[in-house]
Amino acid sequence: MNDPIIKFDKVIKRFGDLTVLDELDFEVGRGEKVSIIGPSGSGKSTVLRILMTLEGIDGGVVTVNGEPLWHEEGPDGLRPASEAHLHKMRTQLGMVFQQFNLFPHMTVLRNITEAPVKVLGLSKAEAKGRAEELLELVGLADQAQKYPHQLSGGQQQRVGIARALAMRPNVLLFDEPTSALDPELVGEVLNVIGRLAEEHDLTMLLVTHEMRFAREISDRVCFFDQGRIREEGTPEELFTDPKEDRTREFLKAVLD
Amino acid sequence: MLFGFEWDLSSPAAYAASILPILLIGMWVTIQATVIGFIVALVLGLVWAVLKAAPFRIIAWPATVMTEFIRDTPLLVQLFFLYYVLPEYGIVLPAFMTGTLALGIQYSAYTSEVYRAGIEAVAKYQHEAARALNLTPARTFTHIVVPQAVPRIVPAMGNYLVSIMKDVPVLSVVTVLEMLNVAKIVGDRTFNYLVPLSMVGGLYLVMTLVASAGVRLLDGWLPKQGVPLK
Repeated sequence: MNDPIIKFDKVIKRFGDLTVLDELDFEVGRGEKVSIIGPSGSGKSTVLRILMTLEGIDGGVVTVNGEPLWHEEGPDGLRPASEAHLHKMRTQLGMVFQQFNLFPHMTVLRNITEAPVKVLGLSKAEAKGRAEELLELVGLADQAQKYPHQLSGGQQQRVGIARALAMRPNVLLFDEPTSALDPELVGEVLNVIGRLAEEHDLTMLLVTHEMRFAREISDRVCFFDQGRIREEGTPEELFTDPKEDRTREFLKAVLD
Repeated sequence: MLFGFEWDLSSPAAYAASILPILLIGMWVTIQATVIGFIVALVLGLVWAVLKAAPFRIIAWPATVMTEFIRDTPLLVQLFFLYYVLPEYGIVLPAFMTGTLALGIQYSAYTSEVYRAGIEAVAKYQHEAARALNLTPARTFTHIVVPQAVPRIVPAMGNYLVSIMKDVPVLSVVTVLEMLNVAKIVGDRTFNYLVPLSMVGGLYLVMTLVASAGVRLLDGWLPKQGVPLK
């Protein structure tokens, strides 16, 4: 791949004795929409959490936009990243969480404008304008003054998407964005994500159990198993003609 | 006669009516001691909580030892120490100030735990969301953690407010003329303790009920999800 925006180079991640990522090599191209599927505990979410700098790494190098994420260029090669470096790198990334993680004491509008004002230095009026556009985009223009607990789970997650987009990231990470939702609310969130995938050149990395959706929106699907990519390909290749037995077993289990 | 008021011993009711103004003066002292002691406890408790949460053990450890020491020694011992020992080293404080300080210090050890628990109860997810949005740790603490911790902290702090109020009579041993001390002096002078002491009990009940109701009101008014930010 030429000039990938995200690159994992032999990345190792351990939790105690458990190796979650085992010398993972993984790349995402600019503007590419990639879905990560696989059994729980396969390290899918960890990939996103490492990119969002919520988890450190124990080996290898992660690069974002050509710059190491968890390292800095020092006088004698790479050294561990400082908090200032992480702060700078994080501006390129945004994350949508499984549990939404909205700020419960802030209105929908304040949830979306807080970071643009405080981190990006936008004026309140600019941030409000941006938030209103985004609320329009996710179909919640009339909910700006409500508090998260006054919204349904699906609406909360759409606010979560708007909040992440308000920071204008280059890469948007979705960590099982519909897993905590009642089945009848999944559709509205997937619609929003699908529209984003179609209309924007944003790079999207999606961890999901919604196989049909992954198939629809992705340029590429990666099947994770035991801390590595067991198999990857276009949705067509992976879903209709998986090469590996493990992939076949997994797809059979989740699709039936 | 006390504070310029005479008592009327012709009947229990007349006696009660005649000493009520005297007791109310004592009650005002009790309220002042409670409020000042509570403020000291709130401020000093926050200082302890921040020190105990410090990433450096050289700061956190002494703070932990100090609060543990304060908590595990009686208020009366601390009060005597401040009142009788400090003057030997040239630090002479008025009785009222010594007493409220002792109350505040004693309760700061408890309030520091309330702060700690309230802050820790704010979910890890909230910190992660703030980090993903690149908010600084300071901003995260003041605008994400504290507003959500406050509703968890208020009820427990309210309990300590009432406890401090009920501990104020301890200050009588260092001559503070709070309500119980006033009632005792009245009793000493009239040889009738029943009426003044019963009145102290009744007035205390009124004060604690009012304080509890105030705390409940505040608690009910604060949304459970945090101090709202528009």
